[in-house]
Amino acid sequence: MKTINILLAGVGGQGVLLASKILSEAALVQGLDIKQSEVHGMSQRGGSVVSHVRIGDKVHSPLVPDGSCDILVGFEPLEGLRHSHNVAADGTLIYALDRINPSTVSAGFAEYPADTEEQLKALPIKTIGVPAAKYAEEAGTRRAANVVLVGVMSNLFDFKTDVWEKALKASVPAKVLDTNIKAFELGKKHI
Amino acid sequence: MPVAAWFATVKIQQENGEYVLQELLSGNEAIARGAWEAGVTVATGYPGTPSTEILEAVVGYKEDIYCEWSPNEKVALEVAAGAAMAGARAIVTMKHVGLNVAADPLMTLSYLGVEGGMVVCVADDPGQHSSQNEQDTRQYARLGKMPVFEPSDSEDAVKMMAEAMEVSERYRTPVILRSTTRVSHSRSMVTLGERRKPNEVGFERNPPRWVPLPLWGRRMRVEVEDRLKALSEATSTSPSNRIELRDTSLGIVAAGIAYQYVREVFPEASVLKISFGYPFPDKLFREFAAKVDKLLIVEELDNILEEHIKALGIECIGKEVVSPIGELSVDRLRETRARLEGRELPEPAHLPEEDGLPGRPPVLCPGCPHRGVFHALGKRDVIVTGDIGCYSLGVFPPLNRTDTILCMGGGVTVAHGMDKAGESRKLVGIVGDSTFFHSGITGLLDVAYNRGKSTTIVVDNRTTAMTGHQEHPGTGLTLMGEPTIEASIEDFGRACGMKRIVTVDPYDLKETIEAVTAEIDADEPSLVISRAPCPLKERKPIGPRRLIDEEVCITCGKCVKLGCPAIESSEERVRINPLLCIGCRLCEQVCPVQAISKEEG
Repeated sequence: MKTINILLAGVGGQGVLLASKILSEAALVQGLDIKQSEVHGMSQRGGSVVSHVRIGDKVHSPLVPDGSCDILVGFEPLEGLRHSHNVAADGTLIYALDRINPSTVSAGFAEYPADTEEQLKALPIKTIGVPAAKYAEEAGTRRAANVVLVGVMSNLFDFKTDVWEKALKASVPAKVLDTNIKAFELGKKHI
Repeated sequence: MPVAAWFATVKIQQENGEYVLQELLSGNEAIARGAWEAGVTVATGYPGTPSTEILEAVVGYKEDIYCEWSPNEKVALEVAAGAAMAGARAIVTMKHVGLNVAADPLMTLSYLGVEGGMVVCVADDPGQHSSQNEQDTRQYARLGKMPVFEPSDSEDAVKMMAEAMEVSERYRTPVILRSTTRVSHSRSMVTLGERRKPNEVGFERNPPRWVPLPLWGRRMRVEVEDRLKALSEATSTSPSNRIELRDTSLGIVAAGIAYQYVREVFPEASVLKISFGYPFPDKLFREFAAKVDKLLIVEELDNILEEHIKALGIECIGKEVVSPIGELSVDRLRETRARLEGRELPEPAHLPEEDGLPGRPPVLCPGCPHRGVFHALGKRDVIVTGDIGCYSLGVFPPLNRTDTILCMGGGVTVAHGMDKAGESRKLVGIVGDSTFFHSGITGLLDVAYNRGKSTTIVVDNRTTAMTGHQEHPGTGLTLMGEPTIEASIEDFGRACGMKRIVTVDPYDLKETIEAVTAEIDADEPSLVISRAPCPLKERKPIGPRRLIDEEVCITCGKCVKLGCPAIESSEERVRINPLLCIGCRLCEQVCPVQAISKEEG
């Protein structure tokens, strides 16, 4: 199979890494080769976080090359927009509608572009906007917004049916598994 | 939580029908796994991105491996060296700049050699993702005349740890394992192996072997050169280096992770994969060069292999088409390929959207105790020499309260140097708690001993915060989770001879401003300790959330100048984001009209 390139972009604290783990775990169950990479360090202080996941028969570079991202998941609209130039012409951008102001905006140094969503919709690629926080609250906790997005993304993979449930089980604590499965299902149903 | 247990283990049937266990491990987890499999019993280090998770993963094997966070890299290396002299297998971990601190013992350990295997695991940070400079650790291997391994992924890391230990013991030399950010922080599949039986421990007295007084040191010097020659044979036959013959019109020598990028961008080319590159495998270079028409060298950072291959009289290209600055990637090698083929550089699919979008730089967290200190420093026109840690973020607006950063511990001493040079403004050095124990104490001793006047502020948040909350000598816990002493910064200050020592609560702005101002004004050296635990580690609110009464607020912007991510300002109003506020009450204290108060209920 052709290597699938996925970028997960968000803000420190949004659960980008957990989402990467669920995705990698699913690919693992599916029996594929995986490379997953992210930059640690200063990102946990409210900075941008980007995780690269590459899945295929044999993956070499741990980084998604520019312009060849098949699936970009923006955990926040601005972060989706920021990395949208990496998406291939036939790629898909999934983004959460819920905004988080960068510190530069909070402090009044910069403005959050009012037309972010219009800019996203105008991109020459397939885009899917997701009310992730709303679904997550419906599932039981706002913190599961990341898993909602994994649910939306799961529709783009041709994995066996039980793969995602196994991946969720391996990734989240047992006591919050049901909530996360619900969040995943709500995401999966989103068109 | 030991990250080694992060992923499920999967059972995979190989072509020969046998089953193997595989796990998706980061490079750092793989280095830890490799150490465990190689029978390591002692592991030491000091945190530093991107190396930190190696020891955090070693903790997962703490029943088999003694591990410790040492106060600094020099200490860590010496402890591991002691273990290896006594016959144990040992590793020490650090980031590239940490090796500068540990270079002194390493250079002479190369002369003494080791009895049990010793591997110095150093993670470089090409591209400076979380570092103050870019250094190529392979240069230290050359300087210290010792072998260096460069894994290209997690599987390599496990295998090379085993080989590095064998080499270390066979040639009685410390060995460097050089990782990079991308190897350390990317996950790939690893085949799991069994643990080798650890060595018997028992130090053998033999002063001519272990004491480098000139009498014996001069002999050691000669032995080091002989060892290098023998090792050059070893690198030419090592399984870590291999020739992959494909189309022979272009041959590429690829070191470390560059191998992965080369395989993706030049899938048809012949490759000499180098993961055990020093002492230089001259035989392999010659053999490979003879088989290909054109030779390209791809290595991350310095062009060490390239220069050597050219010195052998072999024609090759390298830095003309692969810049030695920054991190390599598939994209950069695509440019290299375009240049080699005389094509235009490839255009990105769409133009980058980055332009004009507000950035999301790292900032001091909501409720960070450092903020109170920076606010207090804003009251005076002082020079602030900073240090390595979260408080380096005090350099950014709106705080703007850091003027220099040099290195770990440099916050204390650079201020003293400016003072002695005759700088007319008052001088304040800032250092964190972990950084104080790392290398701030000797600086403070210097300030007191040499009759300095600068003020040293230790911003003590009870953890090594920037690298993800590691224990240190002041926290009362060891890496292995055992309760221990809590080294006192105040006691160290007194022992250094400081007469003026004051401890403040950085959430009490009045107290903090008064203390900082008084100590800055004093005509003798002083030590201020700002003490409050890192809220990101505590994971609980400091107090009730704060609210702004919009009826009372005059939008003067004083609270906004604290640079708190929870305070959101727009042209017409200021509000506190209830999802971010953890109730540190700094904003309440700076508000001139009492518009900010705690949320009821």
